[in-house]
Amino acid sequence: MNTQMKTEQFSVVRNTTTSRGAAVVTAMILIALISVPFWAGRADLRMIIEFAYYLSLAQMWNLLAGYAGLVSIGQQAFVGLGGYMLFVLAIYFNVPPIMAVFLSGLIVALFAIPTALTVFRLRGAYFAIGTWVVAEVYRLGFAQVTTLGGGSGQSLPASIVREIGSGRSEREMIIYFTALFIAVASIGLVYWLLRSKHGLSLTAIRDSEAASDSLGVDIFKTKLAVYVISAGITGVVGALIFLQKLRISPDAAFNLQDWTAAVIFIVVIGGIGTIEGPIIGTLIYFILRGVLADYGSVYMIVLGVVAVVMMLKAPQGVWGFLSKKYDLHLFPVHRRLKAKDELE
Amino acid sequence: MQQTLLELNDVHKSFGSFKVTDGMNLALDEGQALGIIGPNGAGKSTLFNLIAGGLKPDQGTVAFDGKDVTQQPVHQRCHAGIGRSYQIPHPFANMSVFENLLVGAAFGTRRSEVDCYDGCIEILRRTGLLKKANKPAGSLTLLERKRLEMARALATEPKLLLLDEIAGGLTEQECLALVGTIQDIHAAGTTIIWIEHIVHALLSVVGRLMVIDFGKKLDDGDPQEVMDNPKVQEIYMGISAE
Repeated sequence: MNTQMKTEQFSVVRNTTTSRGAAVVTAMILIALISVPFWAGRADLRMIIEFAYYLSLAQMWNLLAGYAGLVSIGQQAFVGLGGYMLFVLAIYFNVPPIMAVFLSGLIVALFAIPTALTVFRLRGAYFAIGTWVVAEVYRLGFAQVTTLGGGSGQSLPASIVREIGSGRSEREMIIYFTALFIAVASIGLVYWLLRSKHGLSLTAIRDSEAASDSLGVDIFKTKLAVYVISAGITGVVGALIFLQKLRISPDAAFNLQDWTAAVIFIVVIGGIGTIEGPIIGTLIYFILRGVLADYGSVYMIVLGVVAVVMMLKAPQGVWGFLSKKYDLHLFPVHRRLKAKDELE
Repeated sequence: MQQTLLELNDVHKSFGSFKVTDGMNLALDEGQALGIIGPNGAGKSTLFNLIAGGLKPDQGTVAFDGKDVTQQPVHQRCHAGIGRSYQIPHPFANMSVFENLLVGAAFGTRRSEVDCYDGCIEILRRTGLLKKANKPAGSLTLLERKRLEMARALATEPKLLLLDEIAGGLTEQECLALVGTIQDIHAAGTTIIWIEHIVHALLSVVGRLMVIDFGKKLDDGDPQEVMDNPKVQEIYMGISAE
């Protein structure tokens, strides 16, 4: 965790006391999570799997909107594409399911390039609507493909389901570990990106595009890279979601409410433009959902009220608020200059 | 022989029917410091946008360091050596002052981040921001923000530094301190174009003065002679009487 660089009297460091503590806690949580399938029930396992993929989706949307300023409301396009690619690869190309999950992400990333070149012509609100339109085009497109079940969709054949694992508990364990891996990898990727030189340009673009441009940052290239990476990982998550569900249909795959609206809620509530925000946001979302599960449509109303109140009272989200108030950084991405005297 | 660093050739720019730059010609030698004055709306900041690449001319060419850069986007002109500070500071508010400079250094000069640390520390020292290195840029005062604008542009190691009203809004003493810093930068060999309303600050640095009015060059040459030009005095008194 110790990135140090000696200059004459200065060194550049990233870690803080809180972040060292956080690293220990993170490691402990991870060990606990690895042990879960060996003692917890099926329902718990499924909930953690869902938690993991929402967390990954939130990290990716945050990278897109919170850093690159690309407010997309069409990420369901890539969830759906990922899901469908899994079915295509597994059924028609006999790719082993888990390998197909990751391969799907790669294909989705390729799809994202022409998509980006189309929607990048639009700015701000038009960009947001444009991404939504693209997702609808994909949904309507897949509904026309009869070999993939058309509008009513299809199930994963039993032979392929058995390829994941022989018994149901074995399958669930494999999916659980894949989900956990993807969630950890998404956080790890964002963390690594932000600590690298790319992190400088991403945070700079987030704060001022005009200034980044005049300081030599290639904004188009940076945004394109972020869009494609986030689409690819969103695709991997999509593939995993439908591997768990074992059934896909255009309406479920390209669902705005499930795969984008909920994710935006998570990121905004948790704290946009931070790594910690999506984690806290996912926790809040799952707690609210658990508490309100029995109240039907009241659940959506409460979520809406929470979102509106947060945007009015603490637009920087729960983590943004806490981090500012107590100067907390669990994932140290900032560079600090250290010297014996001279600095405040 | 002095090398010509920047050359504008018959540059025109209109917003609708309003001509903001009307047949501008300008040749600037390496190492020169040029001051630009003119009334509000004369087209000074537009001229900077045409030089830095934020705007493309309707007609005419911009050449920098021997190459035609008319069609180059802003970030490429930065790589070529044009550094720019904005009239209204655009700090990266949630990044530290040090990180603000690192962006300019790492992307402007296209070096690895670690290779930029020493240079950035040196620029922080020169611009008087070293004590604030770890502060979020959003917490800086106006003077410090103006210094940061300049420091960040310097971090890109520009051959040409464009300063847009960097002394505006500062107290007399702050202004003097800033002038000292700009003199040092110029003495170190950086070519400068400085737009400023505060003429005495400008004149203590520049060796050449240009006056713009209605998108056209009104006068250009030795600062004292330009200031003595009756036409310049007429316009200039017009704005200082505001």
